[in-house]
Amino acid sequence: MKLTDEEVKRIALLARLGISEDEVAKFRGQLSDILENFEILQEVDTSEVQPTSQVTGLRNVVKDDDVIPSLTQGEIMANAPQEEDGFFRIRAVL
Amino acid sequence: MNLHELTIHEAHDLLKKREISSVELTTAILDRIGQIDEKVDALLTVTDELAMVQAQKADELFKTGEVTPLTGIPAIIKDNMCTRGTRTTCSSKMLENFVPPYNATAVEKLKLQGIVMMGKSNMDEFGMGSSTENSAFYPTRNPWDRDRVPGGSSGGSAVSVASDETIFALGSDTGGSIRQPSGFCSVVGLKPTYGRVSRFGLVAFASSLEQIGPITKDVTDAALVLNAIAGHDEKDSTTVPHPVPDYTQSLIPDVKGLRLGIPREYFVEGMEEGVKQTIETAISKLEELGATVEETSLPSSKYALSVYYIIAPSEASANLARYNGVKYGFSFQEADSMWDAMEKTRQYGFGPEVKRRIMLGTYALSAGYYDAYYLKAQKVRTLIRQEFDQTFEKFDALITPTSPTVPFKIGEKMEDPMQMYLADVCTLPINIAGIPGICVPAGFVDGLPVGMQILAKSFAEETLLRIAYAYEQTTDWHKQNPPI
Repeated sequence: MKLTDEEVKRIALLARLGISEDEVAKFRGQLSDILENFEILQEVDTSEVQPTSQVTGLRNVVKDDDVIPSLTQGEIMANAPQEEDGFFRIRAVL
Repeated sequence: MNLHELTIHEAHDLLKKREISSVELTTAILDRIGQIDEKVDALLTVTDELAMVQAQKADELFKTGEVTPLTGIPAIIKDNMCTRGTRTTCSSKMLENFVPPYNATAVEKLKLQGIVMMGKSNMDEFGMGSSTENSAFYPTRNPWDRDRVPGGSSGGSAVSVASDETIFALGSDTGGSIRQPSGFCSVVGLKPTYGRVSRFGLVAFASSLEQIGPITKDVTDAALVLNAIAGHDEKDSTTVPHPVPDYTQSLIPDVKGLRLGIPREYFVEGMEEGVKQTIETAISKLEELGATVEETSLPSSKYALSVYYIIAPSEASANLARYNGVKYGFSFQEADSMWDAMEKTRQYGFGPEVKRRIMLGTYALSAGYYDAYYLKAQKVRTLIRQEFDQTFEKFDALITPTSPTVPFKIGEKMEDPMQMYLADVCTLPINIAGIPGICVPAGFVDGLPVGMQILAKSFAEETLLRIAYAYEQTTDWHKQNPPI
């Protein structure tokens, strides 16, 4: 699997990851190498196999809906890069 | 007597007899950190003032007698576990100034036991790496040869234990990140069964694979720490409700009648001859002690590397989507628009390996490739699990090397990600299957440590500890100190 520059840029956009031209070239080569190694999986017959998404076997885990103390607004906002009146401040979306 | 060299159980005996105080022990550890850490760079944050307060509290508890085996014992925490009021960076620029408002459950449980937190340890950024070179701050050095890596991603925790900068440490293991650095540093590292220890407050990398576990100076200490951190947690719905046994009851110096399997695929091509011989000698030792040893095969293991490097980056790409510069963490301010701010925050906040894995995972999950990569990997994951299940019908445990090589040189594998990924080839399958594994010191090749990995079926940590303990009683590898 050989990736093109355009594919690398498309993946970066999907991940919302800014990427320099140097990185495009570097990732194109490295990711292509790694993806080539994954081709070994195609030799495995998995037509009758169910996928594993978790290993514990636990199902439908629920807990009582108890009221317990939570963090304060001040604690939540303490790490905010930009705050205004207790809100997270970001750039205009539109 | 050098107080910093003590194990948990040795220190506890002295504390209990009031021959030493926790303040004295903590002071000795702080002195040791002051002398040694500039040589190995294991730590990112030293919480000296907090440690002295906790040590004084512990000494008060010893006066009243209400103590646990961990009361007053110094500990280092890997910097991907949230510690209330103490910055938690994941060795990333993204979280350089992040101060969590709560404790991870594993940390909270240790606090309830009365430990003294000495600080936070260096790691590969977000746990992604096998050498601790991927830290955004500085690489950690192996105390056995400071030109070599300590392994990763819990390299700082393993080095802090090996260098006596702490009595024990916590690490986390997504594909070998406790066991591989423990092997490279000649200390004991245990990855519990998936679901045994709460992941609440562990900064997420690959949620279906990772577990928190102890890194200690001997097997007894590993049992003591596991006792403290294991168990169901309402805050982590993947923890199991099984009762937690007293793991110290498994510390029996006897392996008679235990059936040990040696899976030939773990003695891989390209494995160093010295490592192979060291593990074969250790296996002979277990045979002398009365275990039966038989070769076996886990043919699907050859797919584990690919399965891991599809599943882990896929989960990472989703988990790390939260770092967008809005609620916490690094935030690029000079951008033109919201999207520009988000992209540049991630461009400048993440290091190269983290970006590589986000890209890889995003690709594997993207439209048109999901079935070929992610779904295929999940199906092969099922086959790898089934193969382990079948093998454990015949064997109580499996014995393998922890790594195919001794610690490699700093810089040696940094330009070739595939070579770096191969450093975990013996440890990755265990996370894919969710089973527990322990690494114990098994000897040295030209002064460089070799670790033996012992594996058992899910929730059979007791079997691991018993075999590891029996082996440890007949060797003195764990008592040797690095030349620093």
